[in-house]
Amino acid sequence: MNLTLKIWRQKNQSDKGGFKEYKVSDISKDMSFLEMLDVLNEQLSDKGEDPVHFDHDCREGICGMCSLHINGKPHGPLQTTTCQLHMRSFNDGETITIEPWRATAFPVMKDLVVDRSSFDRIIQAGGYVSVNTGGVPDANEIPIPKRIADEAFDAATCIGCGACVAACKNASAMLFTSAKISQLAMLPQGQVERKERAEKMIAQMDAEGFGACTNTGACSAECPKGISLTNIARMNREYFSAVVSSENV
Amino acid sequence: MILDSKIPDGPLAEKWTKHKFNVKLVNPANKRKYEVIVVGTGLAGASAAASLAELGYNVKAFCFQDSPRRAHSIAAQGGINAAKNYQNDGDSVYRLFYDTIKGGDYRAREANVYRLAEVSVNIIDQCVAQGVPFAREYGGLLANRSFGGAQVSRTFYARGQTGQQLLLGAYSALSRQVANGKVKLYPRTELMDVVTVDGKARGIITRNLITGAVESHSAHAVLLCTGGYGNVFFLSTNAMGSNVTAAWRAHKKGALMANPCYTQIHPTCIPVSGDHQSKLTLMSESLRNDGRVWVPATVEIAEKLRKGQISPNDIKEEDRDYYLERKYPSFGNLVPRDVASRNAKYVCDEGRGVNETGEAVFLDFRDAIRRDGEDTIRAKYGNLFDMYQQITGDNPYQLPMMIYPAVHYTMGGLWVDYNLMTNIPGLYALGEANFSDHGANRLGASALMQGLADGYFVIPYTIGDYLAQSGYDKIESDHPEFKKSEKEVKDRIAKLLSIKGEKTVDHFHKRLGKIMWDYCGMARTAEGLTKAKAMIKELKKEFWTNVKVLGDNEELNQSLEKAHRVADFIELGELMVDDALHRNESCGGHFREEYQTPEGEALRDDENFAYVAAWKYSGEGQEEELVKEPLIFENVKLTQRSYK
Ligand SMILES: Cc1cc2nc3c(=O)[nH]c(=O)nc-3n(C[C@H](O)[C@H](O)[C@H](O)COP(=O)(O)OP(=O)(O)OC[C@H]3O[C@@H](n4cnc5c(N)ncnc54)[C@H](O)[C@@H]3O)c2cc1C
Ligand code: SF4
Ligand code: FES
Repeated sequence: MNLTLKIWRQKNQSDKGGFKEYKVSDISKDMSFLEMLDVLNEQLSDKGEDPVHFDHDCREGICGMCSLHINGKPHGPLQTTTCQLHMRSFNDGETITIEPWRATAFPVMKDLVVDRSSFDRIIQAGGYVSVNTGGVPDANEIPIPKRIADEAFDAATCIGCGACVAACKNASAMLFTSAKISQLAMLPQGQVERKERAEKMIAQMDAEGFGACTNTGACSAECPKGISLTNIARMNREYFSAVVSSENV
Repeated sequence: MILDSKIPDGPLAEKWTKHKFNVKLVNPANKRKYEVIVVGTGLAGASAAASLAELGYNVKAFCFQDSPRRAHSIAAQGGINAAKNYQNDGDSVYRLFYDTIKGGDYRAREANVYRLAEVSVNIIDQCVAQGVPFAREYGGLLANRSFGGAQVSRTFYARGQTGQQLLLGAYSALSRQVANGKVKLYPRTELMDVVTVDGKARGIITRNLITGAVESHSAHAVLLCTGGYGNVFFLSTNAMGSNVTAAWRAHKKGALMANPCYTQIHPTCIPVSGDHQSKLTLMSESLRNDGRVWVPATVEIAEKLRKGQISPNDIKEEDRDYYLERKYPSFGNLVPRDVASRNAKYVCDEGRGVNETGEAVFLDFRDAIRRDGEDTIRAKYGNLFDMYQQITGDNPYQLPMMIYPAVHYTMGGLWVDYNLMTNIPGLYALGEANFSDHGANRLGASALMQGLADGYFVIPYTIGDYLAQSGYDKIESDHPEFKKSEKEVKDRIAKLLSIKGEKTVDHFHKRLGKIMWDYCGMARTAEGLTKAKAMIKELKKEFWTNVKVLGDNEELNQSLEKAHRVADFIELGELMVDDALHRNESCGGHFREEYQTPEGEALRDDENFAYVAAWKYSGEGQEEELVKEPLIFENVKLTQRSYK
């Protein structure tokens, strides 16, 4: 396949940035999208041009490090991560537009690399069960119905990639935040801090500059892990019951 | 030089308990006077950083990814072992200990392995308390499966994403300590050097990957939890950024590197599809519970298959060679990883490989689907089948999967004593970065166990012993030793940027990988290794005169990051070859063709090689010095492994 790539280039956080066009040829359908970018980068390096910077690590769809807005969609046309997208999803002669995630809370660091540390801070605000190492009960002393364990697991599979934010016209981080709040709200281990957790994580989410949720559902539709919108509904319930009973109000 | 492993006296089962009692304690009020650096936030690093911070130490945690949650541990699929015996099928601490020693082909320390088995039960309790959603039975209790050739069901799992769930658990504990102000996080920061002052580890030099700033961090102890070095082979199942740099820089500062040639080649990976390949994808070993491994019985049939003249489903039962079932009737498709991998290589070397490159065998679910129905198979392996189809474009419900071995794990690593301390006082190594518990071959689902054992349950005790004795006087990071190391790091960066040669960093990495795979991979010979050594020396010379690293230091520069890593891989490669060449026996993942039984199995030489080979750096261009730590077996009898 021969392709034209329209890629966002930006030297650093303060640079204005803009699109640049590149051509790549002899791309095999079996290549992953990132391997196609590797080919481009080898080509650029050979010519002495700065390679296109993008984030990636596991290339197995699990670390959440890869990003990229491809032809207007986070992680491209399929509901998977960019690293798991293969070139057989594209056609010979096509022009592909590649941009970084766009959100105030995800500033661009260089080219396609963004800073997602706001997500870490949301987790730091309360995305945990406060137990120290040691001194915990035997694992089987906390029986959990399989259905609930499975549902909590589904919420826990979020990879923290940020596609939900990138997909949302308001750049809302509700899906990400609700996935963690839901996981812990469903499990017995999460009950003790349930209210406080919802309040604190949501407050942090707002403080980071993420937008509000207007129930468009683009986040879940683009989420590579299929994190469900029911998590947002659950989070709203959690939040509501937390604020009405909170000692902080 | 004599290595003291500091194994406590007494009966095996009492060593750890006794040791915990004998170690010195740091008074709770004094803990806050100590600073500890933890490099790496995978299972080992995140669990260590969180647990030490909970105890009151001040921790600085570093990783090169943009978030600690993305460490390579996240990718582990299959599960984590623990001797809970929840299934009442005869498991025990002793059995897990015994299986691990035997699986490691008798090249690990008894005392360490026993401790690992002992604390394994606490790990599961800890993870459940954190909210890790392990798989459960309908009654609400935890589910287990048998994994990687174990004859008991002791593996805990969270669908095919166990590593993810365990790491997110450890990451949550770490995040809580960040919020408490006890851990300071340094993401996108790479270790460039370890600093020693008066023979003790007192800090590190880092490079900020966004700004390029080279910085000094001082501490009372340094923990390297930086993972394995499988990417020395270029293609492996490791994440793209996994590297040896931290361990290697420590090695050049005097830390011994143990058993570097012990690498694990995982039998069930998606085969290489072309030159563009950047990494290999593992298909969980659990697939071997239901899939049957085979190749055509004859080269002729295999050739037709490769040319696309026939489809695998056309091949009649009598023309299929289920070679693992044939050769190992009692373990069949569940033989340990090294045995399964080597046999795949043999049948492909004979010309019976099944894909275009001739380097693939079938893993067939036809019979399992007939027996249990497609829905049952989908429920068990659906996500793996989807991933396979996504990558290869083939539907594994209809066609057998194609698999081939790939580099997966490195048993070798920094030498550590029973306390997980390297031979440099104050410098520790945890998780895959150390050499400790798996001997010459690691059993499935045991790396996650070891990483968390080291971080949650070993280091919190053993570090106190050192700190209590070393005092809490502060070393400032502008000490001359830091300044000296900083300068060395800056010089090296300047050197890499100034070469301005013709070949990219990846070009060298690929060449190194090919040398390692061809001569220091699944099967090794003295002749091949000798050749490899010369080739690597040549490659190193070429790298330092002809590599092209674009851009500047003072920016996000991924070619510069890679250049550092590849430069270290090249040096490590040479040491791996030395180690493989000196070990005139076959054991576990180290198979020397000269040393095999008449049936083609690994032939150990316990009389001459029952030791840990620890290598001491002797200066640029010098041969490294071999230091041996004899392995003493007081509890298990050494036998030839047999899975017939
Ligand atoms: C695909 C796959 C599947 C696996 N499945 C299983 C399984 O089912 N069961 C099992 O038991 N094991 C499994 N393993 C093995 C297991 O995942 C690893 O051995 C284990 O997770 C390693 O953990 P770690 O904490 O030692 O290191 P890692 O998780 O690799 O973490 C390394 C950390 O060090 C940091 N780091 C590295 N170098 C530097 C540097 N120079 N400067 C700063 N930071 C640095 C990284 O940022 C990272 O945070 C699997 C491995 C792979 C590849
Ligand atoms: S909710 Fe989905 S899209 Fe959002 S961060 Fe998690 S995995 Fe990514
Ligand atoms: S690189 Fe890890 S999810 Fe894509």
